[in-house]
Amino acid sequence: MNVAAAPMGASPHPGSFAAGFAWSFSRDLKLSVRHPGETMLVIAFFVLVASLFPLGVGAEPQLLQRIGPGVIWVCALLAAFLSLPGMFASDYADGSLEQMTLSPLPMPGWASGKIAAHWVATGLPLTVLSPLLGLQYGLTADTLLALACALAIGTPVLSLLGAACTALALGARGGGMLLALLALPLFVPVLVFGAGAAEAQASGLSAAPHLSILGAGLILAVMGLPPAVCAAVRIAMD
Amino acid sequence: MSAARLSARGLACSRGLARLFRDVSFEVGAGEWLALRGANGSGKTTLLRCVAGLTRVDAGEVFWDGESTRADSGAFRANLLYAGHLPGIKDDLSAEENLQGSLALRGVAVSTKAIEGALAEVGLAKRRRLPARRLSAGQRRRIGLARLALDPAAFWALDEPLTALDDEGQRLFGRLLERHLAAGGLALMATHHDLAPAPARVMRIGE
Repeated sequence: MNVAAAPMGASPHPGSFAAGFAWSFSRDLKLSVRHPGETMLVIAFFVLVASLFPLGVGAEPQLLQRIGPGVIWVCALLAAFLSLPGMFASDYADGSLEQMTLSPLPMPGWASGKIAAHWVATGLPLTVLSPLLGLQYGLTADTLLALACALAIGTPVLSLLGAACTALALGARGGGMLLALLALPLFVPVLVFGAGAAEAQASGLSAAPHLSILGAGLILAVMGLPPAVCAAVRIAMD
Repeated sequence: MSAARLSARGLACSRGLARLFRDVSFEVGAGEWLALRGANGSGKTTLLRCVAGLTRVDAGEVFWDGESTRADSGAFRANLLYAGHLPGIKDDLSAEENLQGSLALRGVAVSTKAIEGALAEVGLAKRRRLPARRLSAGQRRRIGLARLALDPAAFWALDEPLTALDDEGQRLFGRLLERHLAAGGLALMATHHDLAPAPARVMRIGE
C-alpha cells in the first residue's frame, strides 16, 4: 500500500450553503468551458434566428423598430429553453445527481449553484449580445439599454423557472415535450414584462415600471424556486 | 470515534404494485460487512438506496449510531459513501478532477499528493490527466476504488462493486475493504462474488 489509511470517520459537520453553492457553481462552469458546444449552440441559435427576422419581414425601418424588442425577447426565451435539458440530465444519467443528493452539503446550496452556473453560461451571453442584435432592428440607444437591462433581470428568472421544470421532467419518457409544456407557459409573464420594458422605452415612456415588476419576479423566483427544485430532484431520485 | 453501528428495523418497500421486500431488519457493527444476496430483481439495489436515503421506504427506519437517519441525516451523510450502478464520473473531467470533485462534494479535504498516490495505487498513475471518456469501463471503476481509498466515510453502501474489474482489481478491492474494516469501518454490499474478507453475515432478500 502506498497510501496511508485515511482516518476513519468523518466529523459530522453539516456543510454550509456557500460551500455547496461554490462546489456546483465552479464545477458546472468548468464543465461548460471543457465542453463549450452547448453554450455555443445556444448563442448561435439566438444570433441566427434573431437575424432571420429582418431578412424575412423586409427592411422597413418602422416595422423593424416596432417588432425588434419582442422578436429579440422571443429568440432569447427559446434559446434559454433549448439549454434547459442540459442542466440536470447528464448529472442524472451518470449518477452525479445521486452523489449530490447524498452529499453532506445542503441541497439548496448546490442546486442554486447549478442554476447560477447555467445562467452564466447561457443567460449572460444572451444579455450581452442582445444590443448587437438590436442594432439590426434600428433600435435607439435608450431602447437597446432597456432591452439589455430587461434581459439581465429576466434571464435569471428563466433559468430558475427552467430548473424547476427540468427537475420535474427528469426521468420521464418524452421529457423534451413535457418540458416544453411545463416551461413555456411559465415563461409568458417574463416575456410580457421583458419585451414591454423595451417597447415602453421605444415609445417614449419609462421602462422602469416593467423593470421593477421583473425585479420583483426575480426576487420571488430566487426565494421560492430553489426549494421547488430540491423537492423535484428528491422525487426524481426516489 | 465511537464504534460506528448501522441498524435497520422493519424496512419495507414496494414499487408500483409489486412488493419488493418487507420487514427487513439487520445490524452491522464496526469492522463488519454484511453481504446482500438475492435473485435479479429481488430488490437489492432498492434496499441499498433505501438505506442510503435515496428511495423512500414504505415502513421501517434506519439508525446510525442509534439515531434515526430520517430525523437528522447530517452525521449519517458525513459518514456515508454510496456507490450505485452509475459511477458518478464526468466524461469531460480527468480521473484526478473527478476525484477532487467527488471528495469536495463529500466535504473531505484531500491533498493533491494523496489523490496522486491513490490513483497510483489503483493503477491509473499514467492516465490520471486523461478525460474519463478515454478510459475503459474497468478503469473508470478504478476511479471509484481510488475514491474508496481516500474517503474517510465509516459506512460503505456499495452495489456490485466488482463489476467490470479484472482479477487484480478485485484483489485490490479486497485489500481496500480489509483496510476499511480494520480501521473500524463497516459496509453493506450487494454482491454475487465471494470476497476475501468474508462477510460477517449474509442477508438474503426476496425469498
